[in-house]
Amino acid sequence: MDSAATSQSAAGANAKDATLIYRQSRWTRLTHWLWAISLFFMLLSGLQIFNARPQLYIGKQSGFGFNNTILEIGAENTNNGPRGFTAIFGHRFDTTGVLGWSGPPGQETPRAFPSWATIPSYYDLGTARVVHFFFAWILTTTLLVWLIAGLVNGHIRRDLAPRLDDLKRLPRDVIDHAKLKFHHTREYNTLQKMAYGGVLFVLLPLMIITGLAMSPSMDSVLPWLNEVLGGRQTARSIHFTVMVLLVLFFIVHILMILAAGPINELRSIITGWYRTDPPAKHAEPTERSA
Amino acid sequence: MAKFEISRRKFLTASSLGLSGIALSGCDVFDSGLGIGGGLRSFLENANGLTWRAQRLLAGRDALAPEFTEADIRQPQRPNGVTAPDDDTYKGLLVNNFADWRLEVTGLVEKPLSLTREQLQNMPSRTQITRHDCVEGWSCIAKWTGTPLSLVLDQAVVKPQARYVMFHCLDTIEQSLSGDIKYYGTIDLIDARHPQTILAYGLNGKPLPVENGAPLRVRVERQLGYKMPKYLSKIELVDSFANVGGGRGGYWEDNGYDWYGGI
Repeated sequence: MDSAATSQSAAGANAKDATLIYRQSRWTRLTHWLWAISLFFMLLSGLQIFNARPQLYIGKQSGFGFNNTILEIGAENTNNGPRGFTAIFGHRFDTTGVLGWSGPPGQETPRAFPSWATIPSYYDLGTARVVHFFFAWILTTTLLVWLIAGLVNGHIRRDLAPRLDDLKRLPRDVIDHAKLKFHHTREYNTLQKMAYGGVLFVLLPLMIITGLAMSPSMDSVLPWLNEVLGGRQTARSIHFTVMVLLVLFFIVHILMILAAGPINELRSIITGWYRTDPPAKHAEPTERSA
Repeated sequence: MAKFEISRRKFLTASSLGLSGIALSGCDVFDSGLGIGGGLRSFLENANGLTWRAQRLLAGRDALAPEFTEADIRQPQRPNGVTAPDDDTYKGLLVNNFADWRLEVTGLVEKPLSLTREQLQNMPSRTQITRHDCVEGWSCIAKWTGTPLSLVLDQAVVKPQARYVMFHCLDTIEQSLSGDIKYYGTIDLIDARHPQTILAYGLNGKPLPVENGAPLRVRVERQLGYKMPKYLSKIELVDSFANVGGGRGGYWEDNGYDWYGGI
């Protein structure tokens, strides 16, 4: 609270010509935080589940009598003692300390993802599944609620639907982001639309679909699903890949918030209120005027 | 101008602080409360009941697990769990090639049975090429031959109060202070009567090998591997989990796995 108050008063001199607007509806804010919580638990329990079989395959089944492994995280004994390794498409990397072989000095154990990245911290597949499937229900329900609310209150059409204008603005937007130069407006910029739209309409649905495809019971209801995806083990590999993409999104998301002004951004996703740039700024000739 | 802009150095400092904060926040804070019987754990476990009901609603009684072709059998069925029971009873039966083995059908039935392997093999059989999905994450496709469990249940005439089929096994899965624990598990009567639920005695066109559960194992094709006990000796019809091991419906369930293994 202290730091928030300080920086707000420090910014006070310039604040008078900026405008406070109500940007995020209660549905956007509520669903955002439900996703944040469920994705946190699903990621860490998911890494624990992966640890039970730290290999990814392509196809209907796992190759034991043949090789269809595309990723493997493991430990091996070398002349320098046990080492952790990660092999992706046959390329091997030494990942000792993080992937394959990790733990406090002197107490390392063979485990794909390290203790600090899994729930529970110790190996426990059953508990990780309990956590994972609980939050799977929360995540899916939240996405459904968001979709309905977003269609009804116009959030999706108004804020996320791409327009021709977005395409024209894209090069400028990329340059601005690279320079960490941010415009604070009511609207999302093109890259924001692509990132949020990509997560909500591509990554999360793909995560849910590949998750369902791995369920043997759902496989009896939707047998075509695994055929479309390329087999249950391919579905599992896609599930893992989408996880990596979501983690990358999260990292960029946090970096952008820090760069664009964390207090203003946090306020808007907690209270809904967002401070936009002073109107004069939009009239600057350097702004796109073509 | 200055207000919303942030210098590159500040940006990098802030972001590296943020990232290291995430990395340092270990996950052992959630360990307490997640143990079996813990309040948080019990709450989260409700989701499994929801999944069970939802999947029953969607899949109904008879939706079939996908079946594959001979071309999909590309390797021997991967054995898991106990692969060579060390129990004297089992080893004694194995010496005789299971001539003295019997499958007992007891509990809430009108006519308890004691079946030899020949009697089971003389009943109508079903052969299916299916994918075995292990809870760990791997899959393996194989051809299974066996007697539909529903035929055995019909012969024994299940009493109306029966709700679950309990499988008793010959293999010791754990040696505890109170004695050896032999594998056990339960499924509901809908899965027990599912057309693909068979008591398998054949694998890939040959007699079921020891490592895969000889002389008899269950196939429950809409659930994961831990729901398909091997080395069967007895089927018991029960109305609750009260007298099933620790009360959660199976050996692995008593060790933290969900009872419903359709996901």
